[in-house]
Amino acid sequence: MSATDTSATMPAPDTRSPWGEVLHSLLRSCTFLTGLGILLFWIACALFGEHFVPYDPLANDIINALMPPSAEHWFGTDQLGRDVFSRVIVGSRDILTVAPLATLLATVAGTALGLLIGYFRGIVDDIVSRVLEAFMAIPVVIIALLAIVALGTSKITVIIVIGLSFAPIIARTVRSAVLAERELDYVAAAKLRHEGALHTMFVEILPNVIPPILVETTVRLGYAIFAVATLSFMGFGIQPPSPDWGLSISSNYGMIGGGFWWTVLFDALAIASLVIGVNLLADGVHGAFND
Amino acid sequence: MVFLGGQVLPGNVGRAILGPFADQRAVDTLNHSLGVDRPLLVQYGTWIWNFLHGDMGTSYIFRAPVAPFVIDALGHSMKLALVAFVLVVPIGILGGVIAALNLNRPLDRIISLGGLSVTVLPEFVTGIILILIFGVWLRWLPIAAAWPKGTGFFTQLYYLILPSLPLFLVLYGYIARMARSGMIEALDSDYTRTAVLKGLPWRTVIWRHVLRNALLPTITVIATQTGYLIGGLVVIETLFRYQGIGSLIFTAARGKDFPMLEAGILTIGIVYAVATLIADFLYSVLNPRIRLGAEQ
Repeated sequence: MSATDTSATMPAPDTRSPWGEVLHSLLRSCTFLTGLGILLFWIACALFGEHFVPYDPLANDIINALMPPSAEHWFGTDQLGRDVFSRVIVGSRDILTVAPLATLLATVAGTALGLLIGYFRGIVDDIVSRVLEAFMAIPVVIIALLAIVALGTSKITVIIVIGLSFAPIIARTVRSAVLAERELDYVAAAKLRHEGALHTMFVEILPNVIPPILVETTVRLGYAIFAVATLSFMGFGIQPPSPDWGLSISSNYGMIGGGFWWTVLFDALAIASLVIGVNLLADGVHGAFND
Repeated sequence: MVFLGGQVLPGNVGRAILGPFADQRAVDTLNHSLGVDRPLLVQYGTWIWNFLHGDMGTSYIFRAPVAPFVIDALGHSMKLALVAFVLVVPIGILGGVIAALNLNRPLDRIISLGGLSVTVLPEFVTGIILILIFGVWLRWLPIAAAWPKGTGFFTQLYYLILPSLPLFLVLYGYIARMARSGMIEALDSDYTRTAVLKGLPWRTVIWRHVLRNALLPTITVIATQTGYLIGGLVVIETLFRYQGIGSLIFTAARGKDFPMLEAGILTIGIVYAVATLIADFLYSVLNPRIRLGAEQ
């Protein structure tokens, strides 16, 4: 009996995997949950918004153009009489496809590149790292302007441009993580087993550098939303007639001098909430992995 | 690289300007008069050579030399950037220092969290909200940065306050955060403790010992933010219809005016390099340990 008693009072051995622990601390993190809540809200709007918004976000109604917020139009109407509330809700769709895809591209390209230069070091590392640094010195907006003027405007171009200009940053993070890993015993063991370089990189090292990649990816997602919104505002991103937020602001801000504040304020607040939400999420993920 | 991006990728420049329905002969004639039908290397050589001699090429759209446009725009942008910098550097550093001196108290929380949230927002979003508050509702400040010709310094400054605020907000978070962590580290160090134990007044310790060490990393951050600042200028100048280098690049990009675009971007590159150089210089002035050469 006494044996069972002691085992019952002893703290249970921690059987949770490292991932379970991270999940546990994520679920207790207030910043993470707030960020996740905001992001999920906008994802829900993007997926199902068009079924429950009161008006068609693309339907013109010139007679009721530029109406201030009222019981019929909660957020008022824009210069073509479109319902601003419906547009804000459905407007999350394009940015929430383009920005995550760009981030995904950046993560895949950056991880592959970072693994390569971190694993081989030497000349490969020197040359590629200098090129990446040169790239990172140019502001993303400028790269994007050049590339989009040259390649033409489309969602695909925006995804590729933002993805490729964020890839060096992820590559740099992965590289420094790989540099630490490659000296460890399990990599030496793989080499002794005559595993190929690719196998060692992607099967042995990659799973061990996932945490920094995840953190960097969530941070990049925030910047990708920033960049997509900015490009759309400049007219080089998502194209009309999409109810995208940045686009709506750019087509309506010319009139705010006339006091038509409702045509831009809600879009601006929507972008602000999404960006802050994703950043809170990133902050939470960062905290969970670095505790 | 700028040249490649501007000149090679668009393909047929004459076609891009005249549109898809123009006569092929007209396209060829235009291409010839612009010199874009010559071999690439020849074009590149001429471009670099002319740029070094102060000739930045001829705008496709205005049919006039690019240089006056670029220099004019650069002047305007410098004014705007200067206003933003003059505001943000002292206030950002002050914010960081105050936060560090009140570490983990409510004041620190407010400064850090506030700085972080305004930093992550796109400039045009904060710009729009600020325009609405100060320009439309309160009517304190003009909403476009276009002052009447020939106005004095203070009137121009008055028009520049609102456009510089979004830049200020974005930079503020970075600078305050760096200043805060620099301060925390310096306050925690041995030399600070020594200075305190020597019996120096707290004010002297902060001014002479802590601040000098704390601000080093901040200076580097300020310099690296110049690159960012330029990207921000493109957005802000468009939003406020300000005739600076950012809106010049934007207009050139929209109109496919490649010589203008290339000259603008190259100018920005030069400004960035100079800013980095100045930061390195300042760094060595403030940090005697890396003052190399002469003293050895």
